[in-house]
Amino acid sequence: MARKLLLEHDNKPGIQGLEGYRANGGYRSVEKALKTMGPEAVLEEVKKSGLRGRGGAGFPTGLKWSFMAKPPGVPRYLVVNADESEPGTFKDRYLMERIPHILIEGMITSSFALGANVSYIYIRGEYFYIYRILERAIEEARAAGWLGKNILGSGFDHDIHVQVGAGAYICGEETALLESLEGKRGNPRIKPPFPAVKGLYGCPTVVNNVETIAAVVPIVNDGGEEYAKIGIGKSTGTKLISAGGNINKPGVYEIDLGITCEEFLNSDEWCGGVQGRALKALVPGGSSVPIIPAELYFKTAAGEARLMTYESLSDGGFATGSMLGSGGFYAYNDAQCIVRSTWNHTRFYAHESCGQCSPCREGTGWMEKVLHRIENGEGRLEDIDLLWDIQRKIEGNTICPLGDAAAWPVASAIRHFRDEFEFHVYHPQKVKDPKHFEKTPFVRKPKTVAA
Amino acid sequence: MASTIKAVTTTEGVAPFRFSEAGLAECRRLIARYPAEQSKSALLPILHVAQSENDGWLSVYAMDAVAEVLGIQRIEVFEVASFYSMYNLHPVGTYHLEVCRTTPCMLRGADDLMAHLEKRLGIHVGETTKDGMFTLKGVECLGSCGTAPMLQCGAKYHENLTPERADSLIEQLRAENKRQNYTDQ
Amino acid sequence: MPKVTIDNIEIEVPEGTTILQAARMIGERNKADRHVVPPAMCYYTSLKTSGGYCRTCIVKVSQGSTKDPRPMPKPVASCRTNVMDGMVVQNTTSPELLDARKGVTEFLLINHPLDCPICDQAGECHLQDLGYEHGAEGSRYEFERRTFDPIDIGDTIKLHMTRCILCYRCVKVAEQLTDGRVHGVINRGDVSEISTYIQQAVENDFSGNMIDVCPVGALTDKTFRFASRVWYTKPVDAHRDCENPKCTGKVVLWLKGNEVLRVTGRKDQWGEVESFICNTCRFDKKDVKHWTVEGPRHLDRHSVIAPTTTNSSRSRSSLPRPLRKAPP
Repeated sequence: MARKLLLEHDNKPGIQGLEGYRANGGYRSVEKALKTMGPEAVLEEVKKSGLRGRGGAGFPTGLKWSFMAKPPGVPRYLVVNADESEPGTFKDRYLMERIPHILIEGMITSSFALGANVSYIYIRGEYFYIYRILERAIEEARAAGWLGKNILGSGFDHDIHVQVGAGAYICGEETALLESLEGKRGNPRIKPPFPAVKGLYGCPTVVNNVETIAAVVPIVNDGGEEYAKIGIGKSTGTKLISAGGNINKPGVYEIDLGITCEEFLNSDEWCGGVQGRALKALVPGGSSVPIIPAELYFKTAAGEARLMTYESLSDGGFATGSMLGSGGFYAYNDAQCIVRSTWNHTRFYAHESCGQCSPCREGTGWMEKVLHRIENGEGRLEDIDLLWDIQRKIEGNTICPLGDAAAWPVASAIRHFRDEFEFHVYHPQKVKDPKHFEKTPFVRKPKTVAA
Repeated sequence: MASTIKAVTTTEGVAPFRFSEAGLAECRRLIARYPAEQSKSALLPILHVAQSENDGWLSVYAMDAVAEVLGIQRIEVFEVASFYSMYNLHPVGTYHLEVCRTTPCMLRGADDLMAHLEKRLGIHVGETTKDGMFTLKGVECLGSCGTAPMLQCGAKYHENLTPERADSLIEQLRAENKRQNYTDQ
Repeated sequence: MPKVTIDNIEIEVPEGTTILQAARMIGERNKADRHVVPPAMCYYTSLKTSGGYCRTCIVKVSQGSTKDPRPMPKPVASCRTNVMDGMVVQNTTSPELLDARKGVTEFLLINHPLDCPICDQAGECHLQDLGYEHGAEGSRYEFERRTFDPIDIGDTIKLHMTRCILCYRCVKVAEQLTDGRVHGVINRGDVSEISTYIQQAVENDFSGNMIDVCPVGALTDKTFRFASRVWYTKPVDAHRDCENPKCTGKVVLWLKGNEVLRVTGRKDQWGEVESFICNTCRFDKKDVKHWTVEGPRHLDRHSVIAPTTTNSSRSRSSLPRPLRKAPP
């Protein structure tokens, strides 16, 4: 049984409320940080922990915090990104629903380190019921003196507000989130300037994912070095994985970074194996990361066992690897159609494009139309090359990473499953039924993938 | 492939809108969360309040009222209301069934659930039943991939849906006949 | 002052200069070097926060600066990226970059109606120039193009949303030049559109500048609608003492014989107006006697209306060539 840092108490009675949370050691990090550490020491521990952003990009949190500009007389903000919208990801929802106070505790401690007196949680509109849970938790914390003026007599003032979104994946991008928090359309800003210099209301701002901020709690409690002992290399600590798709035991799991991919998928402690049929493919980190065929999930191109770490999952680059991303993990059994899934992914991105820059606005819609045509047996062989070219021209040429996120699933599907696209072109009658691979699974021609 | 349903941009035949006292109090509570000169920040949550008080959609009158509460241009409200997918710019049924159809849900049978609901309600996705009771909508990832297939109605998530469970949900809602909003407590 | 090298040409520029501005300085210093200037469809010097959206001005930064010589991982928008001392930029010398720009041009054109033969902007359209210089011969897009009905936004401005490339310039004009913006961008993704709030009229002394800043034929002057192809008109510089203190009264009159067909701001070689003018000058002063004519307008950009253009082949026509038939 692996250790749990975030979800240790998730099934304890009353853990949703302040009293139950306190009874299980809650708010110790605030006491420790405010009474005995000071802001610099908290930042030092976060740096030592090797914690990386849990929202998907994996950027070192301590480094991000150290970029925070500190012009005198200008307020600073911490904004928590609870706009969890990456398909396949539902870990933040679970954490906030079960243990809302761990987020609030992490925010107070982190804001103390950053010198922010006000922080905001931006939560996606669809999670309205969790917005209510957070509002209640903030009220409780305020009433108990964890928020407000002069917390614990330390001279540190802090308040937390929660803002609800209204349905836009793009608001998970940090600058789009800030725009939305300012009551505008969720159009990502052009960077630089980065939020650490000019963020919310033009003030220095750090935007972090829910899980990242929650992880600050055990890091401050036990020390950054203890945290860094878990994991391998630059992938330290524990990570929440949202497991879904065709597996026996979907759910949110906290794993030590570094367990093998095989163990995670097949062990009864985690996913419990693939549902009924053979494993065909896997998306290990949310819909934006490259999809990989089963064999490349278990082993890297060099034949080493693949591990659940940032580095191992991306081993082999885009040719043979994928990414840990946000930890939105979903498996495909052999009844699933990769073309259909790619079309579905692309429809998602076309729907969620903000429309601000031309490659993403026009390119995502175009890819969706071409994929729809192929999936419905009306495609041509040239369409596959056309798709490849469109995704290539979107990637890297957009304002924000949504363009890349839309391009990668298409690129990886064609890279690894081109013969399945060709099958759709050659056998239009066979793919008319949406469940075309249920009775006769499509068998890939074995191929060696060029590294 | 965003929604192609055009906003209702007429006031003809549309009921006028005024915030209730409770609604106005809620607006004031929301505005207080932001620095004094940044009250526009409250636009998204206030639009939710307006939508809930206007039978689940944002009419021209409702958007005008929001602009007035915040003291901003009406176009600023319309720009935002038309950007976010949870704001309905046309009337919806008493129950707005939002079925998640994104890949992780698709892998666990979202297509079947949608087909079943279409047949059961006798409408296509995007339509409202003749009695005005149900609107069926396909939406993108709702963060419920581990409990798929699922749908959202108001603030509530209905997860792990089988055809039978979907049927009994519809029966139950029909019997209750009470609008469900995102802002429901 | 930082030194930057663009396509092997070095220039020293003031701190805070963007790559695009530096490239324009190179072009202004020596006309023969104008090819290093990236095309810009959404950036507009006098409109704050403009730029970054269309992605046509992207360039490759092969050396970040002397201090940090690492290349930038992705192409950057030259209009929104400041130069650093020792920066090395590739525009036309990078085949990958030109390929990427060709992609952007294709994206901008897939939903464009290509109705140049009936568009008032033809001949002075930046999208035509872009298509001519960076576009492909045919289109690979075989789906129905998105369409919108043309609408009047006020008495004097026509909006053809089908032609719009969503550069946001007109929104910035409304935000920065007029009091009380009544139009903006609604919806999102590929159904985004410029629209007024519930068919409100855009009525403001400076609203006409939206026409001048529009790089395509989306916003056109209703008083000039179908009056003449621009290349059959004769542009002259003129001025008048305008009563509006914010208006300089310095304009270009587009004449046919002695008839004033159209009044616009004076555009520089990059297609940007030198100063914004008021609606009275633009729409109401359509008689030569209202104006003091200074002399012929020197047009210094590739265009069918510019007899002084340096490259005669460009002046033949900048219309995109006819569409290749879709493959069977």
